[in-house]
Amino acid sequence: MNTWIQQLGQAGIRFFQRVGRAFLFLIKVLMSVPASLLRFNLLVQQLYYVGVLSMLIIVVSGLFVGMVLGLQGYNTLVDFGAEESLSVMVALSLVRELGPVVAGLLFAGRAGSALTAEIGLMKSTEQLSGMEMMAVDPVSRVIAPRFLAGLISMPLLAAMFSAVGVLGGYFVGVGLLGLDDGAFWSQLQSKVDFQGDILNGVIKSIVFGLVISWIALFEGYDTVPTSEGVGRATTRTVVHSALAILGLDFILTALMFDE
Amino acid sequence: MTAGIEYKNREQPERSLVKVRQMTFRRGSRTIFDEIDLDIPVGKVTAIMGPSGTGKTTLLRLIGGQLRPDSGTIHVDGDNVSELSRRSLFKLRKRMGMLFQSGALLTDLSVFDNVAFPLREHTDLPETIIHHLVLMKLNSVGLRGAYRLMPNELSGGMARRVALARTIALDPMMIMYDEPFAGQDPISMGVLVKLIKLLNATLDMTSIVVSHDIHETTSIADYIYILSEGKVVGFGTPQEIEESESAQVQQFMQGLADGPVPFHYPAPDFKTELFGLGG
Ligand SMILES: Nc1ncnc2c1ncn2[C@@H]1O[C@H](COP(=O)(O)OP(=O)(O)O)[C@@H](O)[C@H]1O
Ligand SMILES: [Mg+2]
Repeated sequence: MNTWIQQLGQAGIRFFQRVGRAFLFLIKVLMSVPASLLRFNLLVQQLYYVGVLSMLIIVVSGLFVGMVLGLQGYNTLVDFGAEESLSVMVALSLVRELGPVVAGLLFAGRAGSALTAEIGLMKSTEQLSGMEMMAVDPVSRVIAPRFLAGLISMPLLAAMFSAVGVLGGYFVGVGLLGLDDGAFWSQLQSKVDFQGDILNGVIKSIVFGLVISWIALFEGYDTVPTSEGVGRATTRTVVHSALAILGLDFILTALMFDE
Repeated sequence: MTAGIEYKNREQPERSLVKVRQMTFRRGSRTIFDEIDLDIPVGKVTAIMGPSGTGKTTLLRLIGGQLRPDSGTIHVDGDNVSELSRRSLFKLRKRMGMLFQSGALLTDLSVFDNVAFPLREHTDLPETIIHHLVLMKLNSVGLRGAYRLMPNELSGGMARRVALARTIALDPMMIMYDEPFAGQDPISMGVLVKLIKLLNATLDMTSIVVSHDIHETTSIADYIYILSEGKVVGFGTPQEIEESESAQVQQFMQGLADGPVPFHYPAPDFKTELFGLGG
C-alpha cells in the first residue's frame, strides 16, 4: 500500500521534473535561435534534411487525400445537387484542417523521429559531451538550426499538402466525374477566404511545427543514452507529437472558427 | 584513506595543474567519491586506475566542469571549476582536451572537418591556414592520408587517433584520456602509447590517463592513482605501486578474483536463500 503510493508520487515527481526540463530546454533553444540565423549554411543544411526530404511523402499523401475528398465529397454533394461546390469543400477541409493536421502527423513520423534518433545517437556516442568539452555549446550548434528548420519547413509542407490535395480533388472532380472546369476554380476562388481560412491554417501549421520540433529535439536531447533509450525516445516523439497535434488542433479550431 | 595520509607526507616538488580537495560526489544515494584528495602535477603523465564503475570517467567530467562536486573543491590551473561562469568555463575548456572513450567524432563530418571543427569554432583563421594546421595535426598522429574519410570508415584505433588530433588542434595545456587503450588491438595500443608519450613530451603538456590496462599504463605513467569504492587507495610512481603492500592495490594490480573487492555481489547467505524460501 505504502509502496504503491510512493511509486505514484515518484512517477508524478519524475513527470513534472521532465516537463520542467522540457521548458528550460525550449527557453535555451529559443535564446540560441538568433545566433543560429547567422550560421546560414548550417540552417540550409538542416532545411534540406528536415524539409526537402519530407517533401515526397507530403506530396504523395496530399494527392491521395485530395482525391479521396473529391470522391467522397461528390457522392454526398450530388444528392443535394450541390456538386458544383466540390472544390470549396475539398479546399476548406484541406486548408483549415487536413493540411496542417495530416502534414503535421506525417512530418512527426518522417522528420521528427529522424531528429530524435539523430540527437539521441549523438548523445549516446558522447558527441554532445565532446562538443561541450571543446567549449562549443551543443544547443546553439546542433539543436537551434534543426529547431529553426522544423519551424520553417512545417508551414511550407502543410501549404504544399493542401495545394497538391486541391489538385487531387480537381483530377477526380473534373477529370473523372466530369464537373465543369471553370466552375471548379471560380467557386474555390470566391468561397475560400484568405484571412479566415488560409491564414488560420498557416498559424496552425506554424504551431504544429514548433511543437513537433520541440518534442523531437527534447526527446533526443533528454534520451537515456543507450540504444534502447534512443528507440524509446523515437517512439515517444511520434506518439506525443500526434497527441499534441490533435489536441492543439481542437483548441485552435475552437478559438479560430467560433463565430 | 591510508593513501591520502601517505600522499600528504610526500615531498611534492612539482606544481599541480589540477588540485582536488576533500571532494565528495554522489549520484542519488550512492557516493561515488568520498572526500578524495588528488593532484595532477604539471608536465607529467598521471594515470588514474581502478575497477570499472568506480567513477574514473566521472572524475574526468568533474575536472572538466561537466559535473559539480557535492562538496569540496576542484582547481584547474588556479580556477575553481565549479564556481566559474559559463563563459570562463568555456575559456578554460579550450585549454584542456578530453579524449572520450568512444572518440566522440562528429559522425556527419569528415576526418578533416572533425579536426578543423574546434579551429573553425574558436578562431577566425583563414581557410588556408586551417588546412595547413589540420594536416599538421593529422600528420602528428600518422593519419594525414586519411583526411578525406568519414568516421564510419575508420577502425576503432584510427578513430581515437583522429579524436586525438582534434583534441590537440587548439594546443591545450592538458589532455584527459578516457580509457584510450580499451578494446584496441596490440598494434593500435602500441601506437597510442607512443603517441601519448610523444605528445606529452614534445608539446609540453600535462596528461591524465584513465585506464585499467595495467601493463600499458605503468609503461607511460609518471604517477599512478588507484581508486576504489570512492577512495584513493594507492598513489605513487609505477614502481612504488607495484611494491605496495596494500591489499586493495595488490588485488587490482594482479587481477585477483577475490580480495578486498569480493568476488560475490552482496547477497544473503546461500544456504538460507536455497532452503529458507518459506521464511
Ligand atoms: N548519467 C549517469 N546517471 C546515473 N549514474 C551514472 C551516470 N553515469 C555514470 N553513473 C554511475 O556512476 C558510476 C561511475 O561511473 P563511471 O565514472 O562511468 O565509471 P568508470 O569510468 O570508472 O567505469 C557507475 O556506477 C555508473 O553506473
Ligand atoms: Mg569510464
